[in-house]
Parts: sequence; structure tokens; C-alpha cells
Amino acid sequence: MKSWKINGALDADGAPITLLIENGILVETLSTSAFTEINAQGLTVLPGLVDLHTHVREPGREDSETVLTGSQSAVAGGFTAISAMPNTLPVADTAGVVEQVFRLGESHGLCDVFPIGAVTVGQAGEQLAELSAMNQSEAKVRIFSDDGHCVADPLVMRRALEYVKTFDGIIAQHAQDPRLTENAQMNEGEVSARLGLKGWPAVAEEAIIARDVLLAEHVDSRLHICHLTTAGGVEIIRSAKKRGVKVTAEVTPHHLLLTDVEAESYDPVFKVNPPLRTATDVMALREGLADGTIDIVATDHAPHPHEAKDCEWSAAAFGMVGLETAFSICYLTMVESGLMTLATLIDRMSTKPASIARYQDHGQLKVGRPANLLLVDLEARWTVERSELHSKSKNTPFNGMELPAVIEKTFHNGALVYDRRGM
Amino acid sequence: MAKLSDASVKKFPTLRGRTVVNLFFEDSTRTRISFEAAAKRLSADVINFSAKGSSLSKGESLKDTALTLQAMGADAVIIRHGSSGAPHQLARQRWMSGAVINAGDGTHEHPTQALLDAFTIRRHLKENNGDLNGVRVAIVGDVLHSRVARSNVLLLKKLGAEVVLVAPPTLLPVGVESWKVKVSYSIDDVISDVDVVMMLRVQRERMDDLFFPTEREYSRNFGLNFERIQSMKEKAIVMHPGPMNRGLEISADGADSARSVIVEQVANGVSVRMAVLYLLLGGATSRDLASQIGALS
Amino acid sequence: MSLILNAGEINRALRRISHEILEKNHGSAEILLLGIPTRGVVLSQRIASAITEIEESDVALGTLDITMYRDDLRMRPPRALLPTQIPAGGIDGKHVVLVDDVFFSGRTIRAALDALNELGRPKSVQLAVLIDRGHRELPIRADFVGKNIPTAKAESVRVHLQELDGDESVVIEGRSQL
Repeated sequence: MKSWKINGALDADGAPITLLIENGILVETLSTSAFTEINAQGLTVLPGLVDLHTHVREPGREDSETVLTGSQSAVAGGFTAISAMPNTLPVADTAGVVEQVFRLGESHGLCDVFPIGAVTVGQAGEQLAELSAMNQSEAKVRIFSDDGHCVADPLVMRRALEYVKTFDGIIAQHAQDPRLTENAQMNEGEVSARLGLKGWPAVAEEAIIARDVLLAEHVDSRLHICHLTTAGGVEIIRSAKKRGVKVTAEVTPHHLLLTDVEAESYDPVFKVNPPLRTATDVMALREGLADGTIDIVATDHAPHPHEAKDCEWSAAAFGMVGLETAFSICYLTMVESGLMTLATLIDRMSTKPASIARYQDHGQLKVGRPANLLLVDLEARWTVERSELHSKSKNTPFNGMELPAVIEKTFHNGALVYDRRGM
Repeated sequence: MAKLSDASVKKFPTLRGRTVVNLFFEDSTRTRISFEAAAKRLSADVINFSAKGSSLSKGESLKDTALTLQAMGADAVIIRHGSSGAPHQLARQRWMSGAVINAGDGTHEHPTQALLDAFTIRRHLKENNGDLNGVRVAIVGDVLHSRVARSNVLLLKKLGAEVVLVAPPTLLPVGVESWKVKVSYSIDDVISDVDVVMMLRVQRERMDDLFFPTEREYSRNFGLNFERIQSMKEKAIVMHPGPMNRGLEISADGADSARSVIVEQVANGVSVRMAVLYLLLGGATSRDLASQIGALS
Repeated sequence: MSLILNAGEINRALRRISHEILEKNHGSAEILLLGIPTRGVVLSQRIASAITEIEESDVALGTLDITMYRDDLRMRPPRALLPTQIPAGGIDGKHVVLVDDVFFSGRTIRAALDALNELGRPKSVQLAVLIDRGHRELPIRADFVGKNIPTAKAESVRVHLQELDGDESVVIEGRSQL
């Protein structure tokens, strides 16, 4: 294993810092003189980013992404840990499938791939999956979600929340009332009325959040709300937290920037579940992330093959890729806009997600802990070019945009897994 | 173009050599025939492509079909599709380089219908001259799912008419306030004040999705029946884009009354579509200009 | 810019043409004057008034827009259409006299002949023009001519009429004055 000395960088608070890495761990002093020195003048060093919502598509949909390409995309975006959502083929609702995904991630050795297990068998919303077995497997699953689908039956949701208390688990809800969103295409509002696309009302998301927050309160269990998108949702979470409910929430980078007006082009690259909402919602989400009502940023990286987006809107798949643009978009919308400091952004993108998921090796730069970190040039700018993305799929809504913050290097367990100049 | 249709000449050589393709992904004999008649009266060649029932799945159809049409040298494609935004996709993606005419996309727009409606109104109420300032139009029925309503609201307002939408709340889109039109839940409140009553078709299937409880209740509250027709202004007219559900949104008396201009709408449809085709294909198209430039260099 | 005809000369030319039309067709009974928009319409109206005055009876008058029959439509963006009005009775069996202001390549008249072909079968088709400037590209000739003016192809002949332009004159533009 190589040893490293990283010199001349600044940390998240802007203070100069020197880092020493030996045997994959951050150390006080190096015991060897055979180390590689990195001159990080002008760069900032940050703990590796942690994503709690990634769609890796393997097993079953390898035409859009694999654990390998997903990991390559992740480290290019500065992520040292991602969490693979279970809506694969077969669904990750057994110990066998989650272990397969976990081992694949390990074998590629680029970043940690922590599988998320399904809440119900086949994500059908009726019968609880073997949550305990998944937790006890090699993958040590702690977060469960039927993401892609809502756990709509209140009784099933209640039981799931109660059951995971056994092992300090979390149920991550994809809040979408199925009856109110049948065949819905985009946010319900002025734009959808004009464009003739079936609307997805905010209440379909908020009603489920409100219900689940009350359930979590009632059974005293940990609830996580995936991809929050509305001002109303932020309000519900805020008042729930005030009452002491154990709820956490995430927001995606695209929901911090884009609105439903993008649909006017009828370009399906903007079609996503949950949909892009209004400017008012975007502002509320930013404020919520700034004041901590929303705990973390999560990408909901959703790769789709070209054919799934190269058609008319109503026939197109929902989803956008986001691992490689996440940090830049968040830096643009939250730090450059003055809503928060870089240190707070790192809390939202690294420390807090690691804490929620109990990923002990991630979320902080601390002597004695594994070296999971990234070097970023905050002053530099880059233009998103979809053909250059490391992900197998190219469905990014930011193609052609100029963004701040260029990620130079990413380290995982002390190994250099991404080097912008080298790769 | 309508004057040309009235005159004894039925055919003009203007679009000779141009190929127009009717690309209809949804059934519509009426609109398709109207476009076909318009194209043929201008001596264009017409190819009919009905994709309904084709084995290609959704999504694939549009792009692959477009590439085929490009290979066939279509100068214009008239497209009717069940997905809102499909014509935009076709025009934007450059799978083909011809003109794209929207003959109705999902619940979004049906521009030539609005044009022929406005033309019909102008003929009757404005002596075929100028704009529609001061004309009051009531659009009655399933506004939520109606592309005819959307296109008409846009065009009528542009021409200066006053529009009131009449429908049960379930059939009005959230966000309709931004359309800057009046809204009423009662046809009786507006019927004696308007110059045009435009009835929209209401699909019986909407009852299954709980948009209204029964056909009887819908018809009783929103149908154009004999009494309501009697209470209309003297010169007011009744319009309908067709096809009609006689007995549901419009009674037989309504459809056949002297106020009804429904049949004339159809004739005007051909003239309007001839005008659209002439404007898009009669002069130099971008292809013509490109080859002219090519020939010069 | 040089003046070719002034108001008085235009007037005299039109009066002479009116007499010639009557002479050739043995009176006004079977004549149908069709003006080609825009200026041909004004000229045809004046010829019609003159004929009415001379014969003391009305003569059939209409307009014929030839835009849809042009052979050069695809060289420019689409042109606006102008009105075609044929009086009741149509053109069958009539001596149709087309009226236009400037006779140049002959393509306008070729289009007019195509248009007439769709409308019926006249007994004969004759052509009256105020100015013949030469440079025919098709084998078409005029029956009644106000004035023959030799021109270079690059020059333009402009007819101004009171009803449309506010003055009465025929001018040539683009002629280099040595």
C-alpha cells in the first residue's frame, strides 16, 4: 500500500492542513520515507462525500449502469461511499442479492457500495422482506427502502418502522400516493395546465410525509424521507423535528436548482420522479437545507439508456444522473449564493449522511480513521459535457452548463481511486 | 383560401411536387381527411401513415417513423399523437428536415382547429374582417383534457375576444387562473350573454375516473339543450369541434339548430389547412434555400 | 430615374387601348376585362369606365390573382394572396382581355393563362398592357400596348397610379445617366 503526504491544501474552514496517509489510514507521522508527496496548493481537502440514494442498476439493468461504472462515476464526483437502491432485477429483498451487490463493490475497490434493502418483497408493498436477514448478512444493511415505489399501505409502513428498531435500522420512504399520481408526468400547476401533461400534485408527496411522520412518532422509530421536493414537505419536517420526531430528510441537487418550467421544452431529460417543482419550492428547499431541517443532500443518481429518453415525454423514463455534478451544483446553489458555508455543505454531503447510516469510516478527516477524502479546486470552473461522464448513461439535465468546483483527486481507504489528470 | 374554395376552381398547382405525410397515431378520420383534401387541392402528393395498431411499441415508433419519412423525402408531416409534446420532439430532434404541423398532441394543442374556429366566428360576427374584439365566447365542457380548448383560449385571447370557461370543477385544470379567462360552474349564468357557445366533446369514460357522477347529471347541468338554445342572444352561434356525443354535451336540437355552424366549421377547416400548407410549403422552404445556396457555390 | 410617361400621356394611351379593344371585338357585349392585381386592376377599371362612356353600356369587369400559378414561388418566402373576382356568368364563351401594367418576361401572363384554364373556356384571350419593356422569356405577345419602351434587363420600370401611389407617372430606374 502506498503512503502519501498531501501538502498545501486548505480544509473546509479555510485553514491550511497537511495530511499523512499510511496503510490506508490517516496518521500523525509517517513511519516510512517512501511516500508520494502531493502538492495541493490552491486545493481544498474534504472528507469523501457520502450518497444515501444511488441507483446502480446491477443486477438486471446493466445496460444503463453497473456497480463498476457507478463506482467510477461516484469517485469522479468525490464520493467515497454510495448506497445502492434495491429496485434492481431481481429486487434486493434477500440477503443473497444484497451480498452480491456488496461484494461487487468491494471487488472493484473504488468506493464503498452499501446496499439498501427493499422494505417489502418485490417492492410490491404487501409483505415485509427479510429485513433482519439482510441486516445480518455481510452487507450489514441498515437502511431499507422501496424507492421507485411508495410504501402506501399505512399498516405495512407501521410494521416496518417498528420492526427495524431491533437493529437501529431506518425506513427510507419514497413519498408518492399512488392514487393521486396515476400516470402523472410532471408537477401539477400552471405549467402542466398549459403543456397538457398530467399533473403530479404536491399533496401526493406531502400527505404521505405527514402520515409517516406521525407513524414514526407513534412507534418511536427512525424515518428518513427520500428526495424532498416541496415547501409544504419542508414545513411538515420542520414541525415534526421540533416535536422530537426521529425523522431525517434528503434533497437532491437538481431539486435545488431546476423548476417545472424546464418541461416547456418537452425534453424528457427533465422528467424525474419526484418531479421538478416551482421556484417557491426551490427556495424553501434551499432554506431547509441551510437551517438543517433537511439533513443531507442525496443524488438519486438514476441512469437510463439513450432510448429511454429519446422519445416523447409521456413514453420516457423518469430520472437523472447526478453523481458527477452533485458537488458543483450544491456549491453553486448553496455556498456561492451565500446560504451556507463550505463547512456546513460538507456536513450535509459527508458527515451527516455517514452519521445517519452509521458508516463509520466516512464523514470526517480524523487521525486513526481510514483516508476517505477528496481534493477539489474551488476556484476552477468546468463545463458539463455529457459524453465525458464516467457513468454509462448520459441523462444529465446540466449538459452544457458551466459549473464551479473541479474535483482533482479522490482517495478511498488511502488509495488514489480518481485523478482527473491521470485517468 | 375560403374564397378560392367558393369559386369554381377546385384545384391549384401550387404545391405540385411537394410530398405531405399524414402521420396519425390516433384515430381521426375527420381531421385526416380535412388535411388530405387541403393538400390535394393544392396538388401536393399525400401519403397516409396510420401508426395505430402497428407492432412498434410506444416511444420507438416516433423516432423510427420519422427517420423513415425523412428517407421518403416528406416535405411536411402532419402529426396527430397521443402524447403532449410529440410534434415538438419531432421538430426539435431533427430526425427529419421537413415542416411539422401539429394536428393534435395529447391534451396540449390543436392549432388548426383554433384557426378554423376563429375564422368561422369572424365570418359570422365580424363580416370576415379584422380581429375579434368584443366577441364573447363560452367554451363548455371537459377543458382539462381538451387540446381544442387550450388552443382556442390562446388564439381567441390573442385576437381580443373575451373567453369564459364553463365546466364542473373536476374538469378544469389546476392553474387555470393563470390563463386570464373567466370561469363559471354554471352554463345558465353565461348563456344569454355570449356570442359564441363552443361545446367540447365529453368522453363517457371520464365517468369511470370519477370526473362526474353520471352522464345524466353532466347533461342536465352542462348540456346544450333546447331551453338553453332559446335563451341565447339573437345572433349567437353554436360550435363544436366534433365528433359529437348527441344527448350528452349537446342535444339533437342543439346540433341541428339554425344557430349551429358545425357543418361550416368542417368546410372552413379545409380552407384553413390549405392556408397553413401554402404558408409552409408554397414559398421557399429551408431545404429549397439550402439547395439554392448549394447550387450557387 | 427618368420619366417615360406623364399623367396626360398615360390617359391618352388608355383611351386609345379602350377604342382598340372595342374595335377588335366589335363592341363590348362579349368582353370580360380581368385586371391582374395590383395595378392591372386599377388600369382595368379605367378601361372599363372609358368603354362604358364610349358605348353607353356596361362591360363585364373582374380581377384575376395569379399567385398560386406562378412558376417562381419557391424562390422566395410565401407571398400573400390577392383577390380573384369573376362576375356571374364566368369566362365561358367570353373574349377575356387580361390587363396588366408592365409586360416583361411573360411569365405572369403564362400563369394567368393557367388560371383561366381552370376557370372555363373563353372564346379568346387577349392581352392589354400599359408598357411593353421587351425581354420576353416565353412565346407570348400583347394585343394592345400603351407604349413600347426598350430597356436593359437590369433596369426597373415603375408605374405610379393616382389611386395607389398618389401620383401619375411611368418611370425607369437604374438607367445610368452619362
